[in-house]
Amino acid sequence: MYRNLYGVNKMSTILNQVSKNYGANNVILNSVSAEIETGEFFVIVGPSGCGKSTLLRMIAGLTEISDGEISIDGQVVNDLQPKDRKLTMVFQSYALFPFLNVWDNVAFGLKARKLDQAEVHQRVNDALDMVSLSELKDRKPRELSGGQRQRVALARAVASDAKICLMDEPLSNLDAQLRVKMRQEIYQLQRKLGITLIYVTHDQVEAMTMADHIMVLNDHEVQQIGTPTEIYQQPANAFVANFFGTPLINVMPAQKIDEYTLNVDGDFEIHMEQKITDKATKIGIRPGELSIEHADELSANATVKSTEFLGDETIVYATTNSGHDIRILLPGKALYTAFEKIKISSSNKIFLFDSLNQRIPMETGDLVNA
Amino acid sequence: MISTNKPSRLNKIVSYTLLLLLAFVILAPFFIGIWTSFLPTMEIAKGNFMSTDLSLNNYVSAFTKTPILRYLGNSLVVSVLTMAAQLVFCSMSAYAFVFLKFKYRNAIFVLFLITMMLPFEAEIIPNFTTVKNLGMLDHYSVLLIPFLTSAFGTFMLRQAFMQTPSELKEAADIEGLNHFQFYWNIVLPYNKVSLITLGAYSFLGAWNQYLWPMLTTFSNNSRLIQNGLRQLQSEETFNDWGMIQASAAIIVIPTILVLFIGQHYFKSGMNEGAVK
Repeated sequence: MYRNLYGVNKMSTILNQVSKNYGANNVILNSVSAEIETGEFFVIVGPSGCGKSTLLRMIAGLTEISDGEISIDGQVVNDLQPKDRKLTMVFQSYALFPFLNVWDNVAFGLKARKLDQAEVHQRVNDALDMVSLSELKDRKPRELSGGQRQRVALARAVASDAKICLMDEPLSNLDAQLRVKMRQEIYQLQRKLGITLIYVTHDQVEAMTMADHIMVLNDHEVQQIGTPTEIYQQPANAFVANFFGTPLINVMPAQKIDEYTLNVDGDFEIHMEQKITDKATKIGIRPGELSIEHADELSANATVKSTEFLGDETIVYATTNSGHDIRILLPGKALYTAFEKIKISSSNKIFLFDSLNQRIPMETGDLVNA
Repeated sequence: MISTNKPSRLNKIVSYTLLLLLAFVILAPFFIGIWTSFLPTMEIAKGNFMSTDLSLNNYVSAFTKTPILRYLGNSLVVSVLTMAAQLVFCSMSAYAFVFLKFKYRNAIFVLFLITMMLPFEAEIIPNFTTVKNLGMLDHYSVLLIPFLTSAFGTFMLRQAFMQTPSELKEAADIEGLNHFQFYWNIVLPYNKVSLITLGAYSFLGAWNQYLWPMLTTFSNNSRLIQNGLRQLQSEETFNDWGMIQASAAIIVIPTILVLFIGQHYFKSGMNEGAVK
């Protein structure tokens, strides 16, 4: 089946209509299909409860698959034990053994697989070097900081010879600064080792910055699979558009006035360069595509609620006359105060959505917000 | 500053006075016991507890004139074996109740717990008949076999094992550990504190047994120390109280040792760093 979908049967991890449910009414994942190429950084992202961790556990073999097929390097692994799938996993909570020191923690899996001692030594030392933990190898996990514990967990994955590494929100227990640092380290490790990394996160920034391909999950279904650029510039639907980008995209109802003009809920108009189809009922405008000016009562179409100054840009939160909350991203420092009347206008670099929230592709090129 | 300081100082004085008083009430009999074990029996009989005629004679005669060494040996063997057996069997059954998925797991566990509701004393007659028919009376086996496992131990370890993070199990699955490897290499070390607690508990339980060994043993070959102590007292018409006191002092030593060694392990934070 996937041969038709993907052309050739490459050495990769393939999910073919994978489903998970606990009884007919409790569907966790519905028909997930994807191809994860060897050596790529694949991020599964979605809000909590969307089933992303379950999907990862199904790939690992820790959770049974209700329906569908998972194959790794051309071999269907549905009924294979986790250990036979030749993969490693880094857990959100790290899952270190508190009674073993750092070195033994890293060596544990290798010893369990009965590798010969010289090789265990070699691999563990190399792995610890790679995550720069060599000096701490005699410490117990409780004597390490959060970031160091995270590194031990990474070293464990590095030491293994498995070609696929699964990570379940590995950075969510770290503070913001450390997260940025570890993000880069994980990315570099993946590139250096050339492993296939399947990474689960709820953080769109992690997904955007690290991934070769992103799978967006919501409501137990795949919303879109694509490169970070595709996901951002050509979101499949309103959910994906909403999920990526800070501040949040503005999704508002809009009515077609003529072939080339849209009216955004009576607040302002947008003139498009392409013909607008009749299906368009909503639009999505990135906050950076909006501009505002001070206005008097008559010409104003919105009221400022608050502003956030971020240094090189300012976010203005406003409410339109029709009652929609709207976010506008302005360069530099913008001088607007709460309750001030403003006039909002938009560029025509916008997304059109139909009544089912699916994006309607534009005719000429899709590159919005490059 | 002064007004906040005063009540707290008064508080301290009151609470320390109370603590000292309680400590005195609890410790005094203990120290009187130790003290009298160094006194000659004549002085004790006269009620002269303040005598300074201290010596180790009582201890020497306890070891030389009575079979106390044999009793101690019996107790040591029985207690150590009981402890070892309980640790092995309770941890294994607790592991099954936590990590193995089988039908009626909870129902079977409830049955386990129900056995705890019946006090041992209530089962003593049928148990006695059983061991008598099996010909086990006056033998180590009668002191061991009924105590190889305990519902309480299983219950206690089950609760502890349930706290073992599920990620450790998943990590073990990915590394390909089988159940025994996971049990031995991860679950047992992770729950070391609970195992030590249960070990101390079962050791002391066996060491301090009285009723069951009294019924089932009747020769010095298998008599345990607590019953031996009682034996010392009733065997002779003239009670050598000094020596009996010395013997009593000897047999509490293991109890104290176990508590001191155990305390060393009851440090909190042993498992910090596993998850989080």
